[in-house]
Amino acid sequence: MAEILKVDNINVYYGAIHAIKGISFHVDEGEVVTLIGANGAGKSTTLNTISGLLRSKTGSVEFMGKSLNRTPAHKIVSQGLALVPEGRRVFLQMTVQENLEMGAFTQKNSGVAADLEMVYQQFPRLKERYKQTAGTLSGGEQQMLAMGRALMSHPKLLMLDEPSMGLAPILVEQIFEIIQNLHNAGTTILLVEQNAQAALSVADRGYVLETGKVVTTGSGTELLSSPEIKKAYLGG
Amino acid sequence: MTFLSFLISGISLGSIYAIIALGYTMVYGIAKMLNFAHGDVIMVGAYICFFATSRYEMPPIVGILLAVVVCTILGIVIEKLAYKPLRAAPILAVLITAIGVSYFLQNAALLLWSSNPKVFKPIVPTGSRITLFDGQLSISVITLVTIASCIVIMIALTTFTSKSKMGKAMRACSEDKGAAQLMGINVNATISLTFAIGSGLAAIAGVLLCSAYPTLVPTTGAMPGIKAFTAAVFGGIGSIPGALVGGILLGVIEIFAKAYITTQLSDAICFAVLIVVLLVKPAGLLGKQIREKV
Ligand SMILES: Nc1ncnc2c1ncn2[C@@H]1O[C@H](COP(=O)(O)OP(=O)(O)OP(=O)(O)O)[C@@H](O)[C@H]1O
Ligand SMILES: [Mg+2]
Repeated sequence: MAEILKVDNINVYYGAIHAIKGISFHVDEGEVVTLIGANGAGKSTTLNTISGLLRSKTGSVEFMGKSLNRTPAHKIVSQGLALVPEGRRVFLQMTVQENLEMGAFTQKNSGVAADLEMVYQQFPRLKERYKQTAGTLSGGEQQMLAMGRALMSHPKLLMLDEPSMGLAPILVEQIFEIIQNLHNAGTTILLVEQNAQAALSVADRGYVLETGKVVTTGSGTELLSSPEIKKAYLGG
Repeated sequence: MTFLSFLISGISLGSIYAIIALGYTMVYGIAKMLNFAHGDVIMVGAYICFFATSRYEMPPIVGILLAVVVCTILGIVIEKLAYKPLRAAPILAVLITAIGVSYFLQNAALLLWSSNPKVFKPIVPTGSRITLFDGQLSISVITLVTIASCIVIMIALTTFTSKSKMGKAMRACSEDKGAAQLMGINVNATISLTFAIGSGLAAIAGVLLCSAYPTLVPTTGAMPGIKAFTAAVFGGIGSIPGALVGGILLGVIEIFAKAYITTQLSDAICFAVLIVVLLVKPAGLLGKQIREKV
């Protein structure tokens, strides 16, 4: 299958802190790929670099054959790459519907109404609360809003940074169901998770990050059954 | 009736403060900085209108439009040259830069236009008044024009930020610039737009101010600028309705203090009220302290 995202030897620094030390990986069209790793391994930094919020000192990020190295963050989403950031970062003082409209910022106005309907169908809870400000939503609802907002831009590749963080088990299940549905509908997904068990179960392939480097890679099932992974990330 | 006429004067002065306060509050909301040069943009606007109408004898409306255009461009240029390079700098560095820009504008005006006071030609003829209640209440037309301008500007701006795509993008940027970029919003362009709107409004405020108080010198904008900043904090910095409420209240308090207490202490009284309000409501009258969910 065609490669949609190619990350080649990126090195990212926060001042003097060398957070990403030469990471390379790729995502093929239609795949679900997951990055797993402990706190501080560099997962969020990697996603933020791909979406242009951070810059790599070396190497390259290529999306659908085009380099993103010099593309400013606000021009990346219109190419079909959306990020649901860690901690959701919905606009708390804006209403649910306004948040979704912001997700469609780069889209033609004429299609927005239909896209809102599409998202509301996927997340009926958001429809019930469309006039509420996002700050009054529960954590799970905010996560759905963040995902819905990203879908408004019709991403070819959807990147999710810890979508299950801080959610009750039943909601986690629901979120993973949605990821599975998006995958079935043909969306390519790059998923970052602490919940390695759940992430590897939906993923075609996974990469394990440790202190800014890729240490292991393999298919979801391979990684799930690997003794080292079990010991380090699956609690047994 | 004197009470009523003082009240109307207060609301009119307060309308000017409110229009200036909008510039402070919008820029603060999005760039999280206090643009202390904002008051001096008012002065520049007033000079432009003065030269257009008095020297070149253009009609007032042309003078106002010219002032708005020049100040809008000035606002964008100030932001690009002075503040944009400091986006990641500590807040104190930005504050000092803003004070520097303020002095720069005052001194540039001093060089260009000298310290000799100019007599501003009001945009409506001096002395035109409306009398009500059998001549018991007389209000000058400029007072009414000022209040009406403030109302129109408030309605336009509220509609813009709540209904238009760019207005919503502005609110998104003021909450979370990173997330706004992920939506495809150009944060730099949005900040520029905010400075443009604030500075354009400052030009209108300058013309209204000098139409009511026609002495124009290079420091004309300084005191109203500080008072409008006070009004913005008073109402809740970052909040558009807060700028309106804060501005009007400050104007009314100032005129009442002048009328019923003493002219010398009117400014002191304004600031004393501000301090009391901030002790009771640290975020200002309409400012909200939002808590983020984790
Ligand atoms: N803004 C920052 N300034 C300085 N260092 C940072 C910053 N953000 C992250 N780091 C450092 O970079 C490294 C990678 O952080 P990152 O947030 O990418 O980890 P992560 O894998 O997403 O962790 P988590 O699972 O806790 O979200 C960490 O050592 C972290 O301390
Ligand atoms: Mg993270």
